[in-house]
Amino acid sequence: MELPADVKKKLTLPAEEHFYAGHTACQGCGASLGLRYVLKAYGNKTIFTIPACCSTIIAGPWPYSALNAPLFHTAFETTGAVISGIEAALKAKGYKVKGEDGIMVIGWAGDGGTADIGLQALSGFLERGHDGLYIMYDNEAYMNTGIQRSSSTPYGAWTTNTPGGKKHFVESRPKKKVIDIVIAHKPAYAATASVAYPEDFMRKLKKAKSIKGPSFIQLFAPCPTGWRAPTDKTIELARLAVQTAYFPLFEYENGKYKINMPSPNKEPKPLEEFIKLQGRFKYMTKEDIQVLQEWVLKEWEELKKKAEVFG
Amino acid sequence: MPKKVVSGNYAAAYAAKHARVEVVAAYPITPQTSIIEKIAEFIANGEVENLQYVSVESEHSAMAACIGASATGARTFTATSAQGLALMHEMLHWAAGARLPVVMVDVNRAMAPPWSVWDDQTDSLAQRDTGWLQFYAENNQEVYDGVLMAFKIGEHEKVNLPVMVIESAFILSHTYDIVDMPTQEEIDDFLPPRKPLYTLTDFDNPFSVGALGTPADYYEFRYKIEKAMENARKVIKEVGKEFGERFGRDYSQMIELYRTDDAEIVFMGMGSLMGTVKEAVDVLRSEGYKVGAAKVRWFRPFPKEELYELAKNVEGIAVLDRNFSFGQEGILFNEAKGVLYNTDANPVMKNYIVGLGGRDLTVNDVRVIAKNMKEIIEKKELDKEIEWYHLKR
Ligand SMILES: Cc1ncc(C[n+]2csc(CCOP(=O)(O)OP(=O)(O)O)c2C)c(N)n1
Ligand code: SF4
Repeated sequence: MELPADVKKKLTLPAEEHFYAGHTACQGCGASLGLRYVLKAYGNKTIFTIPACCSTIIAGPWPYSALNAPLFHTAFETTGAVISGIEAALKAKGYKVKGEDGIMVIGWAGDGGTADIGLQALSGFLERGHDGLYIMYDNEAYMNTGIQRSSSTPYGAWTTNTPGGKKHFVESRPKKKVIDIVIAHKPAYAATASVAYPEDFMRKLKKAKSIKGPSFIQLFAPCPTGWRAPTDKTIELARLAVQTAYFPLFEYENGKYKINMPSPNKEPKPLEEFIKLQGRFKYMTKEDIQVLQEWVLKEWEELKKKAEVFG
Repeated sequence: MPKKVVSGNYAAAYAAKHARVEVVAAYPITPQTSIIEKIAEFIANGEVENLQYVSVESEHSAMAACIGASATGARTFTATSAQGLALMHEMLHWAAGARLPVVMVDVNRAMAPPWSVWDDQTDSLAQRDTGWLQFYAENNQEVYDGVLMAFKIGEHEKVNLPVMVIESAFILSHTYDIVDMPTQEEIDDFLPPRKPLYTLTDFDNPFSVGALGTPADYYEFRYKIEKAMENARKVIKEVGKEFGERFGRDYSQMIELYRTDDAEIVFMGMGSLMGTVKEAVDVLRSEGYKVGAAKVRWFRPFPKEELYELAKNVEGIAVLDRNFSFGQEGILFNEAKGVLYNTDANPVMKNYIVGLGGRDLTVNDVRVIAKNMKEIIEKKELDKEIEWYHLKR
């Protein structure tokens, strides 16, 4: 496509597409964008493992696949174990894994398949030191089974099994900090990323490929369907999550934390801007929002302190 | 041919080594443990090359890692028992459904509660509908031979299915016996490197495995597994015959028949208890009983034709089940009766539930069973269909 003369655009992402149109995600799906970026970053010398989750469907039914890369669909709780087995087999067979020209082994799982049922296998994968990358795309609920809460669902959110009603029953527990659990394993590399910041995400993907040992990326991937949000607000929501420090961007490597916020000197925006765009928070009272706001700032301070002490 | 005095578990470990497995992913459970310990020892001593050992965090993950490795083209092995096998159940379907010829040794152990580490076949038989081939070994030699054949059969281009080799807890797993092992060259000749149906390293022709199968296609996927099982019958017989020609032990029969030619009563069962039964047959023959033994080696695919041929010519079959399907009957009995329905073979059949949770079955027990069967045949009347033989009264 030719751009109008008055539009100057610099393409910072590879133009090549390995994630095909014709996938079956909902409109505005953050997860599908994430998959597209991963494939852009790595090309097709990449072996994917996807457990039960929205991406099972997004990738397409047999005999189709939206991914121009080998893909092994597996059971919900097994991502960490399957990528361990693939990596072991590649090594046994003498393939080069990771590095410039090596094969990339990727587990791509939702927050439920990571933070809940898959946590054990994730822990095993990290602890054993496999040369693979585990990407948790975080849409903050079980979307594939119809929007039920996961342990990554935030305080105050409506889901179909925290429905909210006369007794004000919505999610009452804070979002589980999976990345902290991951970092406790002292992996080679761990990072958060967001679909609103593709360059940052791509850089982190490149890093994960260059480093020996297990890597983990928690990718913030809004889900308009589950969040009851307009389909054209995905990027705005993902950006606001970062700008409000609800989902801060940072990296962990060699015991060191590094915060990488797009506007590092700016104070976080009020959380309300993020909340008001989503129907899933409609049951929240002013007090509830205050509770979540305080949690966000407390976590943010904690992260800044970590970056200061272990920077 | 080199001989070694080894436990059933070590026989399994040596067979995996001699098969040149490339990935082992396993989790310890009594009485399987010494299989994976021995394999770890081979690696520690530098006795194997290019073997990756993944010490996973559960049996569920063990099978998941095995399917990942096998889908990447590696020859893959694991072993487990009872609770571990039950935990794997979901992934057993994945291995078969993705058509991956993983080989696993299951050391038959009773399911808890109450805790029991002793022999019982319910753990493996509860997996009968997962699409795995199942071979039941009578002794350590058969454990060793079974593992070698399992790779060749499972990896056969017309099969591509996972195979379970089953040995009994402690009776074989921890009991030492002489095992003949061919040389590595002879084994390499018998079992060349695996040629996988597909591998995830095919980057020029990327495809997905296990994607959503809609009602338009799922059905055919199942049918293909059944076709592969049917193909396996022929492959099992061929490989069993070839094994006999090369190494002197013939496995071309899916049911091993022992002194059944003129037998009126046949004892049918699986696994190590059939060693005792064969001994009992000799004793009973010397006492004038016309008895024989039918050892079901392969439970999946089920040896229907061989069973029919046998059943046509005998008056009674005593099915000895070291397992039970609650609310129904012994599992082998159930299957055998099912095969003979709609045929003209109509022997008297009685189910003896024996040895659950490691209780011993002796030659004398088999004699009591023989007498009971003889009475039934003479009176032409079944006293009861299922007898819990060992029940304390
Ligand atoms: C053992 C097992 N239990 C339950 C399910 C049903 N199931 C499939 S996907 C899913 C939720 C997935 O949620 P998540 O991992 O957050 O990914 P998302 O769908 O949100 O993309 C569940 C519960 C399953 N497939 N397997
Ligand atoms: S439900 Fe959400 S995560 Fe799933 S495909 Fe739709 S937008 Fe994407």
